[in-house]
Amino acid sequence: MNPLAWLPTLPGLPFAGQLINLCAAIMLLLAFAMLAQRRIVTLINLFALQGAVLCLSTAIVALSTGQSHLWGSALITLLLKVILLPWILHRLVHKLSVKWDVETLFNIPTTMLVGIGLVIIAFNVAQPISEFAGTITRATIGIALACVMLAFLMMITRSKAVPQVVGFMSMENGLFFAATSATYGMPMVIELGVALDVLVGMVVFGVFFFQIREKFDSLDIRHLEEKTKQE
Amino acid sequence: MNASPDAIETLARQVGAAPPLDAQLGTQLSALPVADPAALWLLAAVLLPSFVGGALLGLIGHRRYAAEINIAASLATLLGAGALTLHVINTGPASFFGEQFFVDPLNVFLIALTAFVGFTTSLFSRPYLRAEVARGKLDGGRMRLYHSMFQLFMGAMLTALSTNNLGILWVSMEAATLATVLLVALYRTPASLEAAWKYFILCGVGIAQALFGVILLYFAAERVLGAEGGALLWTHLNAIKSDLEPTVLSLAFIFLLVGYGTKCGFAPLHNWLPDAHAEGPTPVSAVLSGLLLNVALYAVLRCKTLVDGALETHFAGNLMMGFGLFSVVVGAFSLARQKDIKRLFGYSSIEHMGLIGFAFGMGGPAASFAGLLHMTVHSLTKSAIFFAVGHAVQKVGSAAIDDIRGLLRASPMIGWSLALGALAILGMPPFGVFASEFLILTTAIQEHQWAVPILLVSLGVAFAAGLGKVQGMVFGDAVPVLPGVRPATLPVLLHLALALLLGLWIPPELADWYRAAAHLLG
Repeated sequence: MNPLAWLPTLPGLPFAGQLINLCAAIMLLLAFAMLAQRRIVTLINLFALQGAVLCLSTAIVALSTGQSHLWGSALITLLLKVILLPWILHRLVHKLSVKWDVETLFNIPTTMLVGIGLVIIAFNVAQPISEFAGTITRATIGIALACVMLAFLMMITRSKAVPQVVGFMSMENGLFFAATSATYGMPMVIELGVALDVLVGMVVFGVFFFQIREKFDSLDIRHLEEKTKQE
Repeated sequence: MNASPDAIETLARQVGAAPPLDAQLGTQLSALPVADPAALWLLAAVLLPSFVGGALLGLIGHRRYAAEINIAASLATLLGAGALTLHVINTGPASFFGEQFFVDPLNVFLIALTAFVGFTTSLFSRPYLRAEVARGKLDGGRMRLYHSMFQLFMGAMLTALSTNNLGILWVSMEAATLATVLLVALYRTPASLEAAWKYFILCGVGIAQALFGVILLYFAAERVLGAEGGALLWTHLNAIKSDLEPTVLSLAFIFLLVGYGTKCGFAPLHNWLPDAHAEGPTPVSAVLSGLLLNVALYAVLRCKTLVDGALETHFAGNLMMGFGLFSVVVGAFSLARQKDIKRLFGYSSIEHMGLIGFAFGMGGPAASFAGLLHMTVHSLTKSAIFFAVGHAVQKVGSAAIDDIRGLLRASPMIGWSLALGALAILGMPPFGVFASEFLILTTAIQEHQWAVPILLVSLGVAFAAGLGKVQGMVFGDAVPVLPGVRPATLPVLLHLALALLLGLWIPPELADWYRAAAHLLG
């Protein structure tokens, strides 16, 4: 019935829980790294790395629990978040020649402190959910929510279009991670639908980059708001 | 319910007590959806024309008859929706395609409304966009984008309304957002790009919150139904809602309300709405206000029903009342400060969505009935206003309220439509908005007295501000008008006539629908 049932499972995989927790910790670390990263190219690489860790952790869950449909989820993550989206972003950044753009960020230490506050809130919110979860990954629900919150914070603090979009995509990473840790993933149809929406969204973003660039000679959103106010 | 011509009397009876679902039609409508493979083609007749039309219009590019194809596809959707509605009235709720899609009293009336407004908008957009092309604001490529995205947007919304799967509901809401982002940015002016970007980012973030809510809902449901048991199917969830974990559900509802609430335009998440309405082409403003906000609210209502069943408290209702009331206040008090005619009516939409949210938040048969009625009349009236506004802006060549004067003299048809539409939306009898606002207020007086002064003051302020602005635009000496605009009169008249009809007399079939849907909402 399940087309992926032939894939290997290792029910007694040692350290599976610890490995997943390690992956979760790396994801959180990467979320913080993205929050503080000024250079656009590095930011995209960090995003790809976060996708790779997400893919790895999904694969570990699939291997250790025998939830074979999670292999499909891991594959979607690999194709979309690790290969396709970073590739599109790199191409866009190259074409728009904003490759070496360095963004002046608003007070990095303060942003980091706010981020730590968000992580604490996320853990508190996730506490009751973790108690009900029966998955081996339940300890990571808080981290998943924290990743979503940090990506959200990143979108608020950035003023340039490309980092805002990376934040948006990183938020989707956090959501996929939440789905894997709380319930061993959503039904396949939904994951495919979400992936399709993200991909189409990325293409639309790409179109927008060029339009904004053409009209404003810059990808700075603040610039965009000032200009429309003058008119 | 008797077909009494006296609207007030009828409404007062509605308020008095929960009317029993006595009529045969009512009981039939409130039954559980049954698998009905024979009617699958009816569902296909609703969904397919939009997707096929969208693909076709995208492939052939802009031709002379593209607007006619657009109208034909919308008409086919409307006919399909009409047939589906008749089928549901005759045989009761049905589910299709392995229960992935279903129709029940709540969504069937919204499907019919969506198809209807989609059709009239396609009628309106034909002369409107032709004039825009003639003035060099749009070219063939943009027209192609407009027509195909309009149809895909309709298809996504109808899918969202007819699906039983809360995951597919989320996916189609996101698809509808993506389609409208492209539509809002159609003119490619700096202001429209900014509006579209804001819309994209805010609604994207919002809808991501909603996805987290859906994940939490699935998490709670999976423990009861199992992973294979259709744990995201609304009908299944509704059957076991009292077994769902209350803590998880209340958390899920917060995320869902914030997420879908962003798309409804609930304050303080409403920032995208006036910009998107003002900068997009007017047919898009009409469907955004008239349809998209309704569909987002529909998603909230489906989730609220589940959360109410699981919590057995008024938690979800209180949250919705809070958001709703705040939106009414923000919307009403912002009206007076608006300088752009489309922003003015955008804020009016925020106010009305708030009112509807408040009504559903109060809950109970009378308030839910009023909420459903208000959804219908607001949709009809607001899109009629946008049709009139679109033509007025084209005639005058400016969307600034100060530049528009003497519409009654310049073009009596547009002037009267705008004046009547504005009176209707501001809640003057005998239009339908008055009936539903009256019903909401009387229910509030009975159940939540504290909210009544806030509502009355806000509605009063909105009335004064709205009337003042519209008066200036309608009366006075005519400003010079640009030639070459022949307005589409049929859509405006049709909408206003229906809004008037619903204020005077609600057909018994429709009242039964509303009552069955209100019963479903609890």
